[in-house]
Amino acid sequence: MEPFHLTIFESQALLKKKSLSAKELTESVLKRIEATQPKLNTFITLCEESALCCAKEVDEKRARGEALSPLAGIPISLKDIFLTRGMKTTCSSRILSDFIPPYDATVVDRLKKNDVVLVGKANMDEFAMGSSNENSYFGPVKNPWDLERTPGGSSGGSAVSVSAGQCLGSFGTDTGGSVRLPAALCSVVGLKPTYGRISRYGVIAFASSLDQVGPLGKTVQDVALLLEAVAGYDSFDSTSHPIPVPSYQTALKKDLKGLTMGIPDEYFREGIDPEVLKAVHTAIDQLQKLGAKRVKISLPHSSYAIPVYYLICTAEASSNLARYDGVQYGFRATASTLAEMYLKTRGEGFGREVKRRIMLGTFVLSSGYYDAYYKKASQVRTLIQKDFTEAFKQCDVIVTPASPTTAFKLGEKTENPLEMYLTDIFTTSVNLAGLPALVLPCGFDQKQLPIGLQLIGPHFKEERLFQMGHAYESATDWHTRKPSL
Amino acid sequence: MNYETIIGLEVHAQLRTQSKIFCRCATEFHASENQNVCPVCMGLPGSLPVLNEKAVAFALKMAVATHCQIQPTSIFSRKNYFYPDLPKGYQISQYDKPLATAGVVEIVLENTSKKIRLHRIHMEEDAGKNVHGERYSYVNYNRAGIPLVEIVSEPDLRNAQEAAEYLRTLRSILRYLDISDGNMEEGSFRCDVNISLRPERSDRFGTKVEIKNINSFRFVENAILYEMERQRMCLEEGKRIVQETRLWDEHEGKTFSMRQKEEAHDYRYFPEPDLMPLEISAEWVSQIRSTLPEFEQVKKQRFMTQYQLTNYDAKLLVQEKSLADYFEQTVHRGGDPKLVCNWILSEVLREFEVSKVACSSLTPGHLAELICLIQKGTISGKIAKDVFEKILKQGKMPSQIVREEGLEQISDAAQLEKVIEFVVSEQGDLVKQYREGQKNKFSFLVGQIMKKTQGKANPKIVSELLKNKLEREDT
Repeated sequence: MEPFHLTIFESQALLKKKSLSAKELTESVLKRIEATQPKLNTFITLCEESALCCAKEVDEKRARGEALSPLAGIPISLKDIFLTRGMKTTCSSRILSDFIPPYDATVVDRLKKNDVVLVGKANMDEFAMGSSNENSYFGPVKNPWDLERTPGGSSGGSAVSVSAGQCLGSFGTDTGGSVRLPAALCSVVGLKPTYGRISRYGVIAFASSLDQVGPLGKTVQDVALLLEAVAGYDSFDSTSHPIPVPSYQTALKKDLKGLTMGIPDEYFREGIDPEVLKAVHTAIDQLQKLGAKRVKISLPHSSYAIPVYYLICTAEASSNLARYDGVQYGFRATASTLAEMYLKTRGEGFGREVKRRIMLGTFVLSSGYYDAYYKKASQVRTLIQKDFTEAFKQCDVIVTPASPTTAFKLGEKTENPLEMYLTDIFTTSVNLAGLPALVLPCGFDQKQLPIGLQLIGPHFKEERLFQMGHAYESATDWHTRKPSL
Repeated sequence: MNYETIIGLEVHAQLRTQSKIFCRCATEFHASENQNVCPVCMGLPGSLPVLNEKAVAFALKMAVATHCQIQPTSIFSRKNYFYPDLPKGYQISQYDKPLATAGVVEIVLENTSKKIRLHRIHMEEDAGKNVHGERYSYVNYNRAGIPLVEIVSEPDLRNAQEAAEYLRTLRSILRYLDISDGNMEEGSFRCDVNISLRPERSDRFGTKVEIKNINSFRFVENAILYEMERQRMCLEEGKRIVQETRLWDEHEGKTFSMRQKEEAHDYRYFPEPDLMPLEISAEWVSQIRSTLPEFEQVKKQRFMTQYQLTNYDAKLLVQEKSLADYFEQTVHRGGDPKLVCNWILSEVLREFEVSKVACSSLTPGHLAELICLIQKGTISGKIAKDVFEKILKQGKMPSQIVREEGLEQISDAAQLEKVIEFVVSEQGDLVKQYREGQKNKFSFLVGQIMKKTQGKANPKIVSELLKNKLEREDT
């Protein structure tokens, strides 16, 4: 087997035994990228040289017998939303197309300390706004299972890079499903951790109260490894949480006895592709066979999640994106007055969807509309949070589909933003409530397109999701299937 | 018709913390352009604010000192607008849930005092500064992120004098708390004026006008006087007052319309999602309350009773806490209060600015020892002034200077008699004139004696001895 097909856990063992070097592993991955990048458009920026250099250093350290992190020498990709010092960070936007940050995001800093090998910056929807990865200044990413189809967004590049063997793991961000949707559509494992679990410092903000960094990998175990490396309090992020990071690997060994799955009625109604529904039900049965109990629950405010989400995220985005004004950095249009500079810079620098959301957000915060939209949305958000609090009195994990359909065709929904927004119907509540949720492969439809299962846990109970996800994975082989490229 | 003027003030004061409100950058004033900056205060992508606890403590001091209600939970909000000196495109401020509300500040007018109610006190970050060159404009972000408190009064002020006294009092509180420089010229203390007129005895407010760009205490008075007159003329001509923001132009001595109500910004305030709500415990508030200093007016009264100082002298001494402390330290080291007061108000303040006395080379120890030397009669007041100069030049203790230079006052009668004898015999003509009735020659003779002793003779004793001698030999 080519090294690029390995999981992090598998390659770790080989690296330790020195039957594989970090350099060989990295070279294998880089060759794979070279062969598949033109088809998939996964990366915005590649850094082959520094990757090889970093891999060699890891090999040298290992040769010297230095203590190394489990992630040392593992090639990974990063969504182009993480600031990397000295390396272009575009957020898939023209407005940042030449932006070279002067500092590293906390996540990047921690990964570097773990001697991870960064291979490149992954394509994404501009400013993480999108569900299909089509809103990129650098063109859409293609789904490796069907090149005509979307990989999902906004962390499309991240999911594809893992699915296609262009790296062994990746980090994306999830504001309304941006890690979980592409994970589901590309057949990889993706986690949206609890809000506050991973520092947001140095991660370009879309909607600050919803954004959370999330790892993607080939297995639950790999995702747990990735989370453990970057999670934990950061004094540069006031919203990061001081609660200690447990050892997730121990949780993986536990069986499912004593765990109760909550099945929310509201997530299994019409509008879901029957094949998706079937696969998810089969997965639930499987989990039950593995020892988990099941109970019906209700999340009565679920239908408000999409409108509430789009009111809050656009409001925050309209403010977060105000700094891209052409004054200090990034793209600046030629103009003769200050007002003209602002208008032209932002008019030409942002893409269509970003401008749509800035306008929506500006509107919902306007005086006279604030109470009816933003304030009301915040109140309903509290109700959605309460739904989950109530539900978790009855169950330990909530199980739902990750997406109502499998991957749709590129261009299919680009002219209908409302339809596009509904793609996130099963994922946005989780962000509104700040909960952790894991998405993992649970089957394929007849077109051989992947289907994802979503496990939602209470705050800071990522280990419970890993426990259940790993047990399921151990009993199934969906995660071992590879797209033919 | 007679009109009543209604004035409310919004004051912004920079807090003198070591670092900025949301990052670790220095706040130091005299840095070169864009020296005190980092990704956070530059508003770079991905940067996040972290609240400086010291800034909160400083703002709390002001809120407690002005008898505000401290809100157990306050919220930071984003005030959104575009301007090059505003790196994030929004200012982190407080909006509907400020740190403190409903305070009061007592101002002292000529024969009376008046309580001015405070509407609120909140915290926010300062913006950078635009600098316009010939071909380019530049932005200096050193100031971006410096902590500010905004202090908003109720419309309780009725004329320019009250407004000026209110500002002076706020400044004094800030300086007594040692949390702000309160320097209007340097921009660490800024003031916007809201002003309207209404017919006397009316209970409804007229349309108000906001005046910005006022950067000295005198300008505040001038701007108010101008605006009162402008609005009065406007009303008398039967015109309506337009709700607007006007700028004060000191050079022209006029206010000019900047923008009218319709052009006012919609700041689209919403809670800052990058910061948690600010929780203030009752313990913190009481701890701060217990460390508040004695403020200007209370101190003045105490000085008058405890040290028997006049209202005028006490007022001058308490204008700066550091000066008042300096006075008391000198007194505690044995200086006679009245004498210490006179020395500070004349000699010391001639040498140093009011705010620089406490950190000058002349310590209370120096001054106390010098004054004690006068009190004990070791040196004369006149010699003391020379010693004072020498302390400033050499930094030595007064007793050392007196000893080294042999400046002790001569009070020994026998020793002085000899000098008097000499001068009387030398100045026979003058003595004769004195005895013939020209009594004014007496002081000249004293002067001669002082001269002979290089000023060291005790003038009181000399005067007695000389008088005795002249009278005695006359009979």
